Amino acid sequence: MNTVALELKNISKKFGDKYANKNVSLTLHHGEILAILGENGSGKTSMVNMVAGIYYPDEGEIFVDGNPAVITSPKDAFGYKIGMIHQHFKLVDVFSASENIVLGIKEPGKFKLSEVDKRVAEITQKYGFQLNPQKKIHEMSVSEKQTVEIVKVLYRGADILILDEPTAVLTPQEIEKLFEILRRMRDDGKSIIIITHKMNEVLSLSDRVAVMRKGEHIATVETKNTNEKELTEMMMGEKVELNIERSEPKNLVDRLVIENICSKNEEGLPVLNNVSFTARGGEILGIAGIAGSGQRELLESIAGLLPLESGSIIFNRPKKGLPVSFYHKSFTEVLALAEQGKFHYEDGTPVSFDGMHHAQIRELVNEGKILFNEDDVTNLRDKTPLEIRELGVRLAFVPEDRLGMGLVGNMDIVDNVMLRSYRRGKSVFLDRDNPHDLAMHLIKELNIVTPDEHTPVRKLSGGNIQKVLVGREIAAAPSVFMAAYPVRGLDINASYGIYNMLNKQKEQGVAVIFVGEDLDVLIELCDRIVVIASGEITGIVDARSTTKEEIGLLMTKNRLEGGSENE
Amino acid sequence: MTLITFLVSAIKFGMVLLFGSTGETITEKSGHLNLGLPGIMCVGTACGCIAEAIFFDLVGGRRGMENLAFLAVLIPILATLIGGALMGLIFSFLTVTLHANQNVTGLAMTTLGVGISDFLIASVDGYKFTAGAKFFNTSLPFADDLGAFGKLFFSYGIMIYLSIAVAIATSLVLNRTKVGLHLRAVGENPATADAAGINVTKYRYVATCTGSAIAGLGGLMFVMDYLNGNWEYVIDAIGWLCVALVIFTTWKPVFGIFCSIVFGAFYVAAEYIPGISLASKEIFKMLPFLVTIIVLIMISVKNKKENQPPASLGQSYFREER
Repeated sequence: MNTVALELKNISKKFGDKYANKNVSLTLHHGEILAILGENGSGKTSMVNMVAGIYYPDEGEIFVDGNPAVITSPKDAFGYKIGMIHQHFKLVDVFSASENIVLGIKEPGKFKLSEVDKRVAEITQKYGFQLNPQKKIHEMSVSEKQTVEIVKVLYRGADILILDEPTAVLTPQEIEKLFEILRRMRDDGKSIIIITHKMNEVLSLSDRVAVMRKGEHIATVETKNTNEKELTEMMMGEKVELNIERSEPKNLVDRLVIENICSKNEEGLPVLNNVSFTARGGEILGIAGIAGSGQRELLESIAGLLPLESGSIIFNRPKKGLPVSFYHKSFTEVLALAEQGKFHYEDGTPVSFDGMHHAQIRELVNEGKILFNEDDVTNLRDKTPLEIRELGVRLAFVPEDRLGMGLVGNMDIVDNVMLRSYRRGKSVFLDRDNPHDLAMHLIKELNIVTPDEHTPVRKLSGGNIQKVLVGREIAAAPSVFMAAYPVRGLDINASYGIYNMLNKQKEQGVAVIFVGEDLDVLIELCDRIVVIASGEITGIVDARSTTKEEIGLLMTKNRLEGGSENE
Repeated sequence: MTLITFLVSAIKFGMVLLFGSTGETITEKSGHLNLGLPGIMCVGTACGCIAEAIFFDLVGGRRGMENLAFLAVLIPILATLIGGALMGLIFSFLTVTLHANQNVTGLAMTTLGVGISDFLIASVDGYKFTAGAKFFNTSLPFADDLGAFGKLFFSYGIMIYLSIAVAIATSLVLNRTKVGLHLRAVGENPATADAAGINVTKYRYVATCTGSAIAGLGGLMFVMDYLNGNWEYVIDAIGWLCVALVIFTTWKPVFGIFCSIVFGAFYVAAEYIPGISLASKEIFKMLPFLVTIIVLIMISVKNKKENQPPASLGQSYFREER
């Protein structure tokens, strides 16, 4: 039954003067899983959005079952039995699963929610989903929400399902479960389009692969006749070095000492439990764990965004035996510290400035004859981000929620860069020239694809948004660089760009903390890996000698004892 | 007996507010924060009064109206509905089609509406619509025979029962029907509703026009029933009270029946407390707003998802934007 379910002919779509899709022709057969592979901004999502009725193509035709189809709205798409599961779930938070599922359907007869519940239960049973139809969306986990999305399109009787990066938010077990269900649907005669970045998923799940590059359809190949290397080459258009360069860590210093930190969430459940580790300047510390094990809370507590129950976060500036300089301390601070006996002379005798002229003191300090007695340690716990910055601690934080926490979507690159620097200077008016220069530098240096520096960042593609964010944070010359899933949703080229940036930071002596999800990357990129499970550290391993199996074991170590299995 | 009169007065005034708040709730459920409500109520009321005045002329004065008592009530109501809906249409056109900011548009609509209604009312003879007031005031004939009970429940004109019926019907539609489900979805998350094949634009237009039309009835009832046909230039103030009442009801029209009586009681209380100064009277009129602030604090502290305003309230929705 190799008949064509869906056919795109010479589809083009422009946003502004830029082609999102150019002359795309594609076919989808009945009862097959077609994977669409491509870099970020290669037009995968905009192409399927045209099939789903979110966008309307500027040129070209769409055929469903051989008949020309005009799809101007999602409603039309449902009419052609096309259903899309978006990357960002389109669900109403305060509605139950059933209410969301039945939304927008026109059925004759009386509307009764209990009937809907029943039919939802039938569908979930048929394909093996686990879902309570009456549960409210805001009480659900990500994977449950995705299940609602899939059941929603099945409820509408969709024969063509489009899934936009469905695995990005799931744990490996959940992914396996999802694939199981997708295969069952294919065997039931449904046609499935799946967009993904992950090569292993493409190879294990799909029947055919369509590769897209820069808005164009490069080729569609049978999955069994291809391999990872060939697909990557098609996707990139050039050969890509797959090894991440990793230098040996040098001049290690204990930069950030985390001791026994604990934190609870709104429901009073522990999200961080006695977490202790040390991040060292000059190395990349990886943090591995199943999504939602406390990685986000950990970084947020270091950044001063999350209150802690107990524990300390010590920021360490090793100073013992180093000369005092006015670069770090003001004159009055130096006097105060001397009084507290924090300095000594080169020969070890304690310093007292009693009876000295200011000029004399300045001279002694400038000549480097006054040394620190001890290290300069600061506890960052319970400090706001601003207080932390005023203490002279340069923390850079790349949060996983780029447009929510990291950048302001409606502002342009210059303004976003300025968010880091607008406090500088004494003038009433903002300094716009330096941020502008920096923005131009970032665009050039990191190859940010944007019409100009004054385009709102939300209009850029995911990878370019991330480049703006990471670039800005690095430009602030941090001493601790924290990044949560910095390569999530990025294509291979952009990912490597980020890895290189992190490595460069490491070589400059920055303590880099990298929260990642791809174990291969963690093992190749990091020096040490902290494994976290249910808010507890289950192990700290040397990345050079560890194996995926070891980390995988640690990641799932005490999941069964903790009560949070529905996470 | 003073207590009964007080309650009757509170209920009467409360039901004026109930129209406004039910209308605004319908609008807000679609995600439109319509701050033009005061102006819309003014225009709706003015349209009703003018229709009544024209009707007065057509049927040849009071005597003619007596014979067509039913129409003397129905025609102003229809005119008010049309006037309110037209204002709602302007608001929707500006915010949905032209993507104007809802708050700014709403405030402009209020200023515009007050102006239009002043102009309209100034151009008709007041006695003509005042003549219609007694038809609005007509209560059930047996109300007086039932003592306090009758006074409390049956001594009102038709509009009061209409407002309760509208509130209950609105609640049923919102919670029990597909249309209500879709409307709530549009107000909570328009992108989701859109992806589900719901016509967001249509729902927003219809909800806003319906809501505005219903809100206008509040003003009509205020003039024709509560004030016995005398136009007073305070309808916009009542409009603001209605906007506050919506918050007090936590967007639940049936709960609004109770809330509106509470608001009404606050508003008229001063009249029933002997020996109170003119200044202190105004303090009582402030109470509803104070209560609204307290309610806002309470729902924000409790943070229960079900009591929150529609998630996309006040936000415009454009589909092709990413």
